[in-house]
Amino acid sequence: MATQKTLAATGNVLVAEAMRQCAPDVMAAYPITPQTTIVEEFAKFVAQGRVHTEYVTVESEHSAMSACVGASAAGARVMTATSSQGLALMWEELHIASGMRLPIVMANANRALSAPINIHCDHSDVMGARDTGWIILFAETAQEAYDNTIMSVRIAEHPDVLLPVMTTLDGFITTHSIDRAQVMDDETVAAFVGDYHPDLALLDDTKPPVSHGNFAGLGGPYFEFKKAQRNAIDRSAAVIKSVGEEWSAICERPFGVIEGWGMEDAELAIVAIGSTAGNARHVARELRAQGVRVGVLKVRVFRPFPFAEIADALGGCKAVAVLDRSESFGAEGGPLFLEVRSALYDRAERPAIVDYIYGLGGADVKLELMRRVFSDLSDIADGAEVPGRLVYLGAR
Amino acid sequence: MTTGTSDDVHEIRWHGRGGQGAVTAAKILADAAFHSGFAGVTSQPSFGAERRGAPITASSRLAHEPIRVLSQVTEPDIVVVLDDSLVEVAHTAAGMKPGGTLIVNTTKDAAQLVAAGGIGGAVRVVTSDVTGAAEAVGLIVGGQPMVSTAILGAFARATGLITMDAVEAAIGHVFTGTAGAKNVEAARIAFECTTAGGAHQ
Repeated sequence: MATQKTLAATGNVLVAEAMRQCAPDVMAAYPITPQTTIVEEFAKFVAQGRVHTEYVTVESEHSAMSACVGASAAGARVMTATSSQGLALMWEELHIASGMRLPIVMANANRALSAPINIHCDHSDVMGARDTGWIILFAETAQEAYDNTIMSVRIAEHPDVLLPVMTTLDGFITTHSIDRAQVMDDETVAAFVGDYHPDLALLDDTKPPVSHGNFAGLGGPYFEFKKAQRNAIDRSAAVIKSVGEEWSAICERPFGVIEGWGMEDAELAIVAIGSTAGNARHVARELRAQGVRVGVLKVRVFRPFPFAEIADALGGCKAVAVLDRSESFGAEGGPLFLEVRSALYDRAERPAIVDYIYGLGGADVKLELMRRVFSDLSDIADGAEVPGRLVYLGAR
Repeated sequence: MTTGTSDDVHEIRWHGRGGQGAVTAAKILADAAFHSGFAGVTSQPSFGAERRGAPITASSRLAHEPIRVLSQVTEPDIVVVLDDSLVEVAHTAAGMKPGGTLIVNTTKDAAQLVAAGGIGGAVRVVTSDVTGAAEAVGLIVGGQPMVSTAILGAFARATGLITMDAVEAAIGHVFTGTAGAKNVEAARIAFECTTAGGAHQ
């Protein structure tokens, strides 16, 4: 029987708790602000004997992901966590993990990239890894970060998927804020994630020997491996939904790859990922009380991107604002904007759409900024010109 | 501009110096508020380059509904200052809502603080010798009195939003045994020595 306890804790503490409950065989990690307290808490669990994980301390994130790749190929359930420059340092191994189809689960505390140096929240690090073949989840709250971590194990290890999952939460805003959350009992989580029995483990001497990641040069199967990877991440969309429904039935919290607020009849909508969705919803609620038909669409899964769901949700809107907490310098907008706009391309009826780059390097997402976005959308819906495709929201 | 959160939300801003425990205090407050019946509690630090002695802030929100706004508090109902040398230099009263409460760890009284400058408008000033409370029970670490728990006694007295029972329970979640008992005792002393510029019971 599933029992939950309610507590006040930070996002990082809850991610570490979820990791302990999922009981990885191996964790290889290197500390970096604002991820540090995840691996610190987890190391404490190992020291206390509360989880039986081989905890590998390494000299860099490059080594952390290398150790994760080795351990996962050997047949272990593997987890790690990183942030910002650490994620950037892992870049080549990120491709190796997905190319070798290793179901590693990694938490990322979303943080800006240097230069100039900055330790605060934005999504530049994750978006830099958007094409590495990892499944990418975003959490708005500490609760979602906890739930996503548990679901990630099932998604990654699903035989239709076998891909690494990056489960992300906003640096400081979600990692370090105390928030109210519910934590499931250990037995229920253990039963939900189950044991990991890989088919092609290097160290499984009960089966014919295998090797991973071999040379597949000219004339070799490299191209077909990539096609198989594409098919796997496409298949993961259905797995994410079914795992989400299953966890949702146990914990009694809703899960959707997108989550709409007021979207049923919204004329003006904000699309956001991560913690900002809460601020946008707060202002949307105020405007609804004044009779303005506004909505907020939160995207919880960025890879695979839920194109059809997003196009359906936004199809009836007059004007849409996409909030991007990262840049794609030289592109026609930030990463989220490019996806959302592309999702709407096939629709006969398309809303006006504008991109707002906001909150880079942790710039505070004040409610007045959300009000300004809805006010712009109202003007656009009334026929005002779209203020350029890309607005730097709140920049001095 | 208003921060726009509703009247039912108590917005709190913390001011301290790096190493004083403002972030710890904010965390324990969130726990105590949760145990005092608030359904929505958040506390978030505002980190710069963390270093000892540098002025830092943290934000907390308490409400009877879940809170999903995680921006920094800029128009607080309550401001808590762990070091009275910050009252003016850190603009601790900036943006305070009229009728707001400014709680200061100090040996001065409210009139002296107001006379020293930096506090304008219709703000209720509450003082408490929190450092003295920590020293009285021997809460000294590395030569510094630890005020992060005792300040919650002053907070409970000054605002009435959280009970001392909840403060004591929340402290117990962070410190156990002798250390827990000392921290609780310091919070009790601070509660007792908290006095408002205008009488507050």
